[in-house]
Amino acid sequence: MIDAHILSLMIFIPVLGSIAILFVPSSRVRLIKGLATGVSAIPVILAIRLFVIFDRAQAGMQFVEQTPWIEAFNIYYFLGTDGLSVSMILLTALLSHIAVVASYGIDRGQKGYFALILLLETGMMGVFAALDFFLFYIFWELVLLPMYFLIGIWGGPRREYAAIKFFIYTLAGSILLLISILALYFLSEPHTFNMMELIRNNHQFGIGFQITIFLALYVGFAIKVPIFPFHTWLPDAHVEAPTAISVLLAGILLKMGVYGLLRISFPILPEATRYFAFPLAIMGAINIIYGALCCMAQTDLKKMVAYSSISHMGFVLLGMAVFTDAGINGAVFQMFNHGIISAMLFLLVGGIYDRAHHRDINGFGGLGSRMPIYTGFTSLAFFAGLGLPGLNGFISEVLVLIGSYPVYQVVTIVSMLGIILAAAYFLWAFQRVFLGPLNPKYAQLPDINGREVFTLVPLAGLTIFLGIYPPPILDLLNATLSALIRSI
Amino acid sequence: MIALDSLASVRFFLPELILAGFALVLLLAGLFIGDKQRQRLAGLAWVGLAIALVSLIPDFPGQGQSLFRGMIVFDTFAIFFKVFAIGVTAFVILFTCRSLEIKRHVSEFFALLLVSALGMSLMASAVDLLMMYIALEMVSIPCYVLAGYHKGSSRSAEAALKYVIYGGVSSGIMLFGMSLLFGLTGHTNLFAINQYLADHPVYLLPLLLAILFILAGLGYKIAAVPFHFWCPDVYEGAPTPVAAFLSVGPKAAGFALMIRFFYVTLVSADGQLASVVAGLNWPMILAVIAAVSMSLGNLAALAQRNVKRLLAYSGIAHAGYILMGLAVVNHDGLTASLFYLLVYLFMNLGAFLVVIYLSQLLGSEDIEDYRGLVWRSPVLAIAMGIFLLSLIGIPPLAGFIAKFYIFAAVIDAEMYWLAVIGLVNSTIAVYYYAKILRAMFLSPETGKEGLVLPAFDKGLLAVMIAPLLVFGVYWVPAMRFAKLSFLVFRGH
Repeated sequence: MIDAHILSLMIFIPVLGSIAILFVPSSRVRLIKGLATGVSAIPVILAIRLFVIFDRAQAGMQFVEQTPWIEAFNIYYFLGTDGLSVSMILLTALLSHIAVVASYGIDRGQKGYFALILLLETGMMGVFAALDFFLFYIFWELVLLPMYFLIGIWGGPRREYAAIKFFIYTLAGSILLLISILALYFLSEPHTFNMMELIRNNHQFGIGFQITIFLALYVGFAIKVPIFPFHTWLPDAHVEAPTAISVLLAGILLKMGVYGLLRISFPILPEATRYFAFPLAIMGAINIIYGALCCMAQTDLKKMVAYSSISHMGFVLLGMAVFTDAGINGAVFQMFNHGIISAMLFLLVGGIYDRAHHRDINGFGGLGSRMPIYTGFTSLAFFAGLGLPGLNGFISEVLVLIGSYPVYQVVTIVSMLGIILAAAYFLWAFQRVFLGPLNPKYAQLPDINGREVFTLVPLAGLTIFLGIYPPPILDLLNATLSALIRSI
Repeated sequence: MIALDSLASVRFFLPELILAGFALVLLLAGLFIGDKQRQRLAGLAWVGLAIALVSLIPDFPGQGQSLFRGMIVFDTFAIFFKVFAIGVTAFVILFTCRSLEIKRHVSEFFALLLVSALGMSLMASAVDLLMMYIALEMVSIPCYVLAGYHKGSSRSAEAALKYVIYGGVSSGIMLFGMSLLFGLTGHTNLFAINQYLADHPVYLLPLLLAILFILAGLGYKIAAVPFHFWCPDVYEGAPTPVAAFLSVGPKAAGFALMIRFFYVTLVSADGQLASVVAGLNWPMILAVIAAVSMSLGNLAALAQRNVKRLLAYSGIAHAGYILMGLAVVNHDGLTASLFYLLVYLFMNLGAFLVVIYLSQLLGSEDIEDYRGLVWRSPVLAIAMGIFLLSLIGIPPLAGFIAKFYIFAAVIDAEMYWLAVIGLVNSTIAVYYYAKILRAMFLSPETGKEGLVLPAFDKGLLAVMIAPLLVFGVYWVPAMRFAKLSFLVFRGH
């Protein structure tokens, strides 16, 4: 019973929790926090169950649920998961729970905050589980609103600007997505929103149509990733968002764009995908280098981490543009790893901000001597970010580069510079903040607390474990992704 | 369609008779029940509306009867809009009770609303040029008085005067168009005109002029460009419950009349909804008006600071969206438009309801004064948020589904240019709705004290919100209701 509806449960338990929170009086803050924590823990348990019983040898959809929803338009409530989405669902469940715990410090309007964060979890889960285009779009939009309010109400000083910018950018992307969905619906015969059927019947779309729709979808998804030049909302949104929201933004929302490309654009529009493969690889390289160069120039620690996301997402693009086994497995593994690493980075940066009330890289110094454990976690996250062997980021980046070198040599070589740049900006920032003589202003900073340990330990554990032994995740992906590139 | 003689017709004319009767009763009741006991008066009006509504039930979905020698018809389409008219009036009466704006002559106020409901109900049924005109005026004249209900306020007087002048001119033009149509065909009954046009060649230019002139009267009622000039000033000046009423009730009735006129008179009779007169591309006229209304309404709304004016321009834009459904000339489009109207009723009346509460609590209708509302009254802010997001058309709210059906119909009819204009407009619209959202949710609050809303008003807001949430996820029943409306629409 639970196994048959495991996806529905994971999607709708958070929103039920969100509704329950609305009925709790706003003065009972502890009850609200407890409820949110408890509710967000359930999808984690279910995700672990999913991870255990998922059949890794099978490339197709598993745990499928399909019921007619709106018969006049052939719309179904259609869920299912394959290797690609199961990894993202795991990430969503884990990071959402961590984000809830990391939000205990919110000091105003807690009721609204936790209700929205759970609503957001429903939206994100739904995006990764939906196989009906219409349903996908509903969940896709459902992510937008809570995010807008979470940044806009609980964000930093320039939150209004950041929230509106995020809202307008993503909504523009959504409208392109909607146009593409309708175009695919009306040009497919029989008319359908069913992604699996669209993939089966993709030969009926002409190359001209494919290219048009690919471009429209590309812009819609590129805004979310974000791919240069649609990235300008990201640093603003990240800097202003509360810590936990940055975690979700970097950890999961950015993956939605790439997921859309892999789930929708690639299999439904294979000819256009081949046509745009090289430009996509170039965009990947630009993201890597441009993001890394921007990181070098930042003095705001959080902004640096935000730009590093742009750089790391470039590897994902490069890996998926080459259609080799190593490339695409590396790309999706990089999505997963980046979710883990960037979540850690934002949590750590948020912790420093909570203590010192600023994020100016040059305004610290020698924190390592005051808070050794905290510095230990930070060094682990930074090293994972720069791709140190033995940590998970290294595996996925190397897989991407191994996969792409035989196909696009120059692009790959240029992209490798990104790893060197990453080492430079991470180490330089680390040195300025944590090493050197202790800045006397910060002689009283407390070291890591229990809540931070609770949020960081699972992430740090996964970083090390997957760095040494990646098969648990790679095995999930392999069958699905190999089938995907063979179909293109 | 069964033609009934005048005596047998009365049986299907009950809702109108009941409304007229209760309007008179209310006037009399005003002699005995003072303005202070407005709840009682409202209760009386509600009883009348409820009886009128109940009298419709036995005949649903209806076989289609032609009443009073073909002056009006009673079919599912008429029932849809009669229910709509009764619903809007009932809500507005409730709003009036909760608003402190209407203090004197309450019984007359309600009586006027009922007369207006009677007119809207006739508009839904009229199939004769004369009846169309009378029904239209029967809605307009009470509305002129309602708009100027604050006798002392110069803004209200200005609103009423503007409304009268624009109304008078446009209905005059419409009457002229009708006379042209009568001169061309020799009939006033829409079915007869349709038959004549199908059988005889007519001069295109006078026919086109007749249609354009008639459109002036219809366009005025639905507030479509270029007949919209009255709209912002009237909404701003009129008492807010009246503005709420005008923004939904007469607009929907105008659409009813418009659909009836175009889809009875000007389509060929064989069930194929194509133009009856070769070379007369009236769907294109509607499409252009739709495109212009959307664009102008949205662009003008960008500059507004007063919430009522902003809602006026947004109403013009929404008239454009709904018109798109009429312009595609098939049942999908019409059904989409009807569904849109149904959703629009809840989201727009809801938005006005919040404006009514806020103008009492804050004494202002400026967006500036809504700043930080979420901290002072979370209920009002969240309710307004839901109404505005539904107006934007964001899933999973009903406004999205309504827009989706309209756009799907337009794209299916291969009117891509119209779809693109509509989508661009939907994006522009985000900006000004988000301006209100931003003030309410993101800006720091201006005052510290919380705003208290009685439990009854919270319940009323919930009643307006519930359909938006429900229809956003499961809209099949509402859609079926809209679809049934065209069952016997053309007499077969």
